[in-house]
Amino acid sequence: MGNILNEIGIENYIFLSVLLFCIGVFGVLYRRNAIIVFMSIEIMLNAVNLLFVAFSTYHQDAEGQVFVFFSMAVAAAEVAVGLAILVSVFRNLGSIDIDNLKNLKG
Amino acid sequence: MQVLISIVSLGVFCLLAEIFNLRKLLVPITVIGLLAILGISLNLWSTDNSLDTQFSSMIATTKFSSAFSTLFILLTIFLIAMSDDFYKDHQAKFSDFIAIKLFLLTGAIAMVSFTNLAMFFLGIEVLSISVYILAASERLDVKSNEAGMKYFLLGSFASGLILFGICLVYGATGYFDMGEIYDLSQGVGLPVWYPIGVALIIIGMLFKIAAAPFHFWAPDVYEGSPTLTTATMSTLVKVAAIATLYKLVSGFSVVLSLKVENIIVVISILSMTIGNIMALRQKNVKRMLAFSGISHAGFMLMAFLNIATAANNLLYYTFAYALAGISAFAVIIMVTKNKDNENIDNFNGLGKANPLMAAVLTASLLSMAGIPIFSGFFAKFMLFSDTMKVGYIIVVIAGVINSIISIGYYFKLVLAMYTKDFDNNEYKPTNYYTYGVVAVLSIVINIVIGIYPSLVTQLLK
Repeated sequence: MGNILNEIGIENYIFLSVLLFCIGVFGVLYRRNAIIVFMSIEIMLNAVNLLFVAFSTYHQDAEGQVFVFFSMAVAAAEVAVGLAILVSVFRNLGSIDIDNLKNLKG
Repeated sequence: MQVLISIVSLGVFCLLAEIFNLRKLLVPITVIGLLAILGISLNLWSTDNSLDTQFSSMIATTKFSSAFSTLFILLTIFLIAMSDDFYKDHQAKFSDFIAIKLFLLTGAIAMVSFTNLAMFFLGIEVLSISVYILAASERLDVKSNEAGMKYFLLGSFASGLILFGICLVYGATGYFDMGEIYDLSQGVGLPVWYPIGVALIIIGMLFKIAAAPFHFWAPDVYEGSPTLTTATMSTLVKVAAIATLYKLVSGFSVVLSLKVENIIVVISILSMTIGNIMALRQKNVKRMLAFSGISHAGFMLMAFLNIATAANNLLYYTFAYALAGISAFAVIIMVTKNKDNENIDNFNGLGKANPLMAAVLTASLLSMAGIPIFSGFFAKFMLFSDTMKVGYIIVVIAGVINSIISIGYYFKLVLAMYTKDFDNNEYKPTNYYTYGVVAVLSIVINIVIGIYPSLVTQLLK
């Protein structure tokens, strides 16, 4: 594994993760469908997981891989709550377009 | 760690109490349990700096963490005491609400006592996920749905930034342990990922405390959520996030160069000014207090300019702010119960209908504005004088001007209570005595620490 990382270079892993993270960020900022926004958040978190694993190999240290399990569990819990909120929004408004959420203003 | 374990067990007990039909006794049992845990926490005071090695140095009980844990437990006791009446219409979900509040407290305590970034991340996520649930808990109300959704989207966005920051710090140093990171950050030669990672973590935390450029979610979420949840967010969650921010800034030994200090100055002044000016034109009390919370976040950030005295000043400021917030929200919940909005008109004539509650609300607003004998004044006084010592007079001037502006909108509410008459004859002064007890108790503690500031300032010595 170490050899492959040396050949590719840690920088390229960082570039890939940053790219994926930015795709997620722009998805959250520009898409209006709540499910796609959730997927974008997942892309952000998974980009970070990828980088964790790369750094873990880079440092020859297992802690980074253990952290990935924590962050996956947390992401699952977060999305479970998010989908529950989404369901109650859909029941009340009949749509999951987040542009419809504009009752609170001032 | 003992404190953390006992709170989690209390939370699990609450979930089990549902099975054994102990719903009626739940609030008294939880409050007594939390008081016992407060005792444990104070008892652990003597064992300072003892790293719990059996937990692979994930968590450490220091004076800083014990002092803030004490505040969090106190606030949770008040919040749970108020839930008894607040969730009367949700009997089937009652024990869940109490349990979620206890898990929220666990997250807050993990956030101030972590020594490993894994524990920090878990703490902040446990706290945030509990608050997402509480914000959206009024599921038939469109406003609550909207608040929950907005808070969820912004909150998980901020969590993503924090996670990315942790990852870059790990990549630069190879450790999650704060001690190791601190040692490595003293030397030179860390890759450029390290400052980027630290900056991302701090930006994520600024989202959570709702400081100025990242504050736009706060008013909507505070307005839409059920009032008790708003009380939780504006006291417990904000205080926990600001304490964690201090722990991170001091732990990463962010080289407080002129650039970083200038950024803090700008964010602090911007938060104070935006919060106060927007609060002036609000009709909804919850929304007004949301903007007032943004301005208080600006005041608290001011403490970071003098990092040597920051812990003490933050502790005192958070005590003063959170206790005043609890008593203000206790009265607001009582007055706006069974009303469909929280406009200032609802408070017309409260001074005649219920003089005690009107006096308590006035006192807590005066404490937030910073009028003497209330602890809010001494908190601001200590903050300003310590900031002055390091030579940031411009921030102090902005702070003083903002304190004067803030009196404007706090007095709008006070005037409504004392000078206007009831709008409608249906107004019935309700007498829910738990709210009254909570409001009076917390304002009394506020005044006591205002008269004897050393009670709090000596906690960290």
